[in-house]
Amino acid sequence: MDGKKIGLRLNMAEEATSTLRAMAENSASEHGTVRVKRGLAEMLKGGVIMDVVNPEQAKVAEDAGAVAVMALERVPADIRKDGGVARMSDPEMVEGIQEVTTIPVMAKARIGHFVEAQILQSLGVDYIDESEVLTPADETHHIDKFAFDVPFVCGATNLGEALRRISEGACMIRSKGEAGTGDVVQAVRHLRSIIGDIKKIGQADEAELFEWAKQLQAPLPLVQEIAETGELPVPMFCAGGLATPADAALAMQLGAQAVFVGSGIFKSDDPAPRAKAIVEATTNFNDADILAKVSRGLGAPMTGINMDEVNTKFEERGW
Amino acid sequence: MSSRSSEGNLTIGVLALQGAFARHIEALTACGVDTVEIRQPKHLEVADLDGLVIPGGESTTMSKLLDSLELREPIGKLLADGLPVFGTCAGMIMLAADVSDGRADQASFATIDIGVRRNGYGRQLDSFEADLEIDALEGDPFRAVFIRAPVVERLGSGVEVLASVDDVPVLCRSGSVLVSSFHPELTDDHRLHEMFVGGLAT
Repeated sequence: MDGKKIGLRLNMAEEATSTLRAMAENSASEHGTVRVKRGLAEMLKGGVIMDVVNPEQAKVAEDAGAVAVMALERVPADIRKDGGVARMSDPEMVEGIQEVTTIPVMAKARIGHFVEAQILQSLGVDYIDESEVLTPADETHHIDKFAFDVPFVCGATNLGEALRRISEGACMIRSKGEAGTGDVVQAVRHLRSIIGDIKKIGQADEAELFEWAKQLQAPLPLVQEIAETGELPVPMFCAGGLATPADAALAMQLGAQAVFVGSGIFKSDDPAPRAKAIVEATTNFNDADILAKVSRGLGAPMTGINMDEVNTKFEERGW
Repeated sequence: MSSRSSEGNLTIGVLALQGAFARHIEALTACGVDTVEIRQPKHLEVADLDGLVIPGGESTTMSKLLDSLELREPIGKLLADGLPVFGTCAGMIMLAADVSDGRADQASFATIDIGVRRNGYGRQLDSFEADLEIDALEGDPFRAVFIRAPVVERLGSGVEVLASVDDVPVLCRSGSVLVSSFHPELTDDHRLHEMFVGGLAT
């Protein structure tokens, strides 16, 4: 029971940190394991991940209580408006955001663009989003995410898509919704579809699981795992079209474990109080009194685009 | 969420503002205790708590929510009155006497006299898992998962080190306060939760 008493006096903090890292390398420790990669997603649960396009916005997000920021050049609403090809952000911009925040920094790579992912890993981002919001680089293949030590999150509109991404190594799934619209309807559809199918698989017998795997075009072992555990093997978050504290709470009550808010914060009239309100709504998503309190006087949300008026559907990207 | 059962089980509060609280609840349930999710001051009154768990997550986010939800004062009072507590990763940061590389406005409960450096091991790419030899536990080594973990840089008097990785303390105890820089809730090995719960029963 007697622990070793050690008097540590580490004044040179920077030096100490690099020594510690070197020591951790030596002690039969393992980096980039599935458990380590999924572990960070576990730590983000119950939180809000916010899209930011510059260091100032990253500070606002962190001050509001974001659990992580997504560094990108344009929020989805602007990508939608500007058109053209949307790519990975400039490394300089990602580093600028890494310098001002202490919370995890995520960044987006194009679907199938494994070189963008290699660059983001080299920058030391904490999570890579292989995202349909950017213009896809490959019409058939997604990135082999097992080849990386940095964890990946991928979007999904249904359970089959989620399981295909997990079979490629994704360590977090987010329901896609329709980014940049401020319309929550697609997020709700995707969440209900994924969670509904998980519930149905829980009721299926062994023989029916083969048919489920076929229908979903997903690996049988993953379908069998869901039948046994009643949940996805990785955390499931919600994204795409969330604009208000009530939207975030809706996603959480439907079964999402955390939320991504993109254009919804920095395209609104007054981002800082809205960001804080969405954080508080996500924690107390089941308490209508708190939701009523934090929803007051936030100014206008992003104007948004009704789904019926959307020309390019990001959700249809990904295979 | 459950309250004190009629069988008189122990009841542990789990701070559920954000992070891996659900995994802690699974581990505690497997140890046979009741749990209460703490998100608002009123949840502290649901039952007489026998202990508290502060989970891993983002310490900046939890710190802000403690203030905006007016939880800092009542939890601080319970801890000052000696409520046993187990803090993992961000929970260790929330309980440490001093924190470096945190945010200027990030306040901790200062329940255990250690100094920690936030994200001391580095970014996610520096996160790792390793086997720990813990004298207080019988059997195999304990597989510990470190996610953007804090580094313990200073130990006050009376702080007992129960496990280290390369001479850096990763599991410390002082009285009824237990802290780890890793995540025992991320594996199916519940021996540390059992140790915490076992300490409450005596």
